[in-house]
Amino acid sequence: MGRKLLTEHINVEGIDTLEVYRKHGGYRSVEKALKTMTPDEVVEEVKKSGLRGRGGAGFPTGMKWSFLAKPEGVPRYLVCNADESEPGTFKDRQLMSKLPHLLVEGMITSSYALGANTSYIYIRGELLYVLRILEKAIAEAYAAGFLGKNILGSGYDLDLHVHPGGGAYICGEETALLESLEGKRGNPRNKPPFPAVQGLYARPTVVNNVESIAAVPVIVNDGGEEYAKIGVGRSTGTKLFSACGHLNKPGIYEIELGLPVEEFIYSDEYCGGIWKGRELKAVVAGGSSVPILPKELILKTAAGEPRLMSYESLSDGGFVTGTMLGSGGFIAMDETTCIVRNTWSFSRFYHHESCGQCSPCREGTGWLEKVLHRLEHGHGHMEDIDLLVSVAKQIEGNTICPLGEAAAWPVAAAVRHFRDEFEWHVTHAKEAAQPGAVYQGKAVLA
Amino acid sequence: MAKITFDGIEVEVPDGTTILNAARQIGGSIVPPAMCYYTPLKGSGGKCRACLVRVAAGSTKDPRPMPKLVASCVTPVQDGMVVENTKSEQVLDVRKGIVEMLLINHPLDCPVCDQAGECSLQDFAFEHGVSTTRYREERRTFEKIDIGPLIQLHMTRCILCYRCVYTADQISEGGRVHGVLGRGDAAEIGTYIENIIDNDFSGNVIDVCPVGALTDKTFRFKQRVWFTKPVNAHRDCPKCAGNVTLWYKGKDVLRVTARKDQYGEVKEWICNECRFDKKETADWTIEGPAHIERSSVISANHYELPVLNQSVIADLPESTQRDLEKNPPLKLG
Repeated sequence: MGRKLLTEHINVEGIDTLEVYRKHGGYRSVEKALKTMTPDEVVEEVKKSGLRGRGGAGFPTGMKWSFLAKPEGVPRYLVCNADESEPGTFKDRQLMSKLPHLLVEGMITSSYALGANTSYIYIRGELLYVLRILEKAIAEAYAAGFLGKNILGSGYDLDLHVHPGGGAYICGEETALLESLEGKRGNPRNKPPFPAVQGLYARPTVVNNVESIAAVPVIVNDGGEEYAKIGVGRSTGTKLFSACGHLNKPGIYEIELGLPVEEFIYSDEYCGGIWKGRELKAVVAGGSSVPILPKELILKTAAGEPRLMSYESLSDGGFVTGTMLGSGGFIAMDETTCIVRNTWSFSRFYHHESCGQCSPCREGTGWLEKVLHRLEHGHGHMEDIDLLVSVAKQIEGNTICPLGEAAAWPVAAAVRHFRDEFEWHVTHAKEAAQPGAVYQGKAVLA
Repeated sequence: MAKITFDGIEVEVPDGTTILNAARQIGGSIVPPAMCYYTPLKGSGGKCRACLVRVAAGSTKDPRPMPKLVASCVTPVQDGMVVENTKSEQVLDVRKGIVEMLLINHPLDCPVCDQAGECSLQDFAFEHGVSTTRYREERRTFEKIDIGPLIQLHMTRCILCYRCVYTADQISEGGRVHGVLGRGDAAEIGTYIENIIDNDFSGNVIDVCPVGALTDKTFRFKQRVWFTKPVNAHRDCPKCAGNVTLWYKGKDVLRVTARKDQYGEVKEWICNECRFDKKETADWTIEGPAHIERSSVISANHYELPVLNQSVIADLPESTQRDLEKNPPLKLG
């Protein structure tokens, strides 16, 4: 059994109440930080822990905190990005609904470290029930003196607000989130300036994912060095994976980073293997935006090493034979999955969610979706396959925000690893267009 | 001050200058194209991605190249920065892609479009586009919308550069009625419940539109722009500076626009009275022919006398030198 740092008490009855949460060691990090540590010491602990952003990009959290500009007399903000909405990723929702006080505690400790006196949790609008759970937890924290003026007599003040967004995927992009939080249309901003210099209301701001902030109390309580001992290499600590798709036991699992992918999929402790005794065909390891890998490459790297659930191992081989850990949205697909149909489905999502601000993403995401729609429905041409790759390349890296990459990577990777399946959709168009039709050939290794 | 090398040419610019504006100080054909950036409009730029350049070295302090191409119109220079524009295959390749993307829905109706001849997309496509398209899908179309009695919105041609939105927000009075509706490729320029834009400076949205999406209803289909003669003129206007360009056909003033610089950006905003109501020569004090870039199709009629650099005459073929002696240019630079 791997250690569980965040979700150890997730199934304790009443853990969403302050009373039960405190009985299980809740708010210790606030007391420790505010009474015995300086803000810089807290930042230092987070740096030592090696914690990396759990929202998808994997940027070292402590380093991000140390970039925060600290001009005198200017307010700073901490914003929690709870706008989780990547297809396949649903771990923050669970964390917030079951352990709301863990996030509130993390927000207080992190805000103290950053010198923020006002902080926000920007939550996806559809998660109204979670919003209410968080509001209740925040009210309890205010009543207990963990929020408000002069917290625990330390002289530190903090106000925490939950802000529901409008339910647009793009509002999970940090600068679009800030625009939305300011009450504007959620369009991403050009960078630079980065939020650490000019963020919310043009003030220095740190935007962190729910899971990253939830890890801060553990780091403060146990020390950064202890946290860094868990995991493998630069992938320290534990990580929540939301496993879905054709698995016997889909669900949310907290694992120590470094667990072999094969063990995660097939062991009874985790996903319990592929449902109905079928063969695994492919996996999207970090949410729908990361490149898909065929079975052969997700279980082992191109060099034949076991693939591990870590930032480095999953990205081993770059995008030619590797992928990304991303947000931890682990989607397994069995042999009955049509990759073209699946890619079209992802593409439809990104087309729908593009904000439309910059030309490559606005026009390119729609183009990709339409070509994939044609291929899937038996109206494709052989040159469409290279066209997909070319359009994806025109989008990738040329847009204001990473939504362009999120739309381009799945398409480019699907063609890279399953080209013969795309070709079959052209050569056997009628057959492929039938509902449930799946190519029976083997995936081609890059 | 920051020193940057742009396509091998060194230029020194004040800190905070964008890469695009640094390139404009060098001038000529190496200046990246800009469809959405517009100097007088705060917040414009970064959207069309036409001006992407490669930063081969970030600064003297950190000479690493930037991982992605950057939008030169919104990226400030750093001392020691090395920028590749026309010298980068990657940049030129991306521009081809951007033209292709922009032309997915923009119709090639230049023969009937009032913007033809002064269209940024036409120039951009001419320089960076390819002659074929790979797009087989249905293109989006819209009904034309009258935004008040003077301006027509032809959304089919719009490339969503947001310039008109910034113009309406920043220089017009009376609250915001105009913006972008919808997302992704369903986004469109619209007004609040088909409201009209009826303030004194609304006509400026026509001038900032880089394509033919917003057109002057008093000029529509009257004349091709290259058959008209641009003349600078001014008048005492209580609302604006009154410095304009009159576009003549014979003795008639067909159109009045703000004066623009070589990058198509207005120098001063003009009011609707100057633009739409003052179309008699008697209303104006004429200054003389407006300067039109030689590369522009409008200059085909040579309304302005050519400026010839004296030092190059010696290098010209003898026959040309003889012609010049017989018909000397009036202006020598």
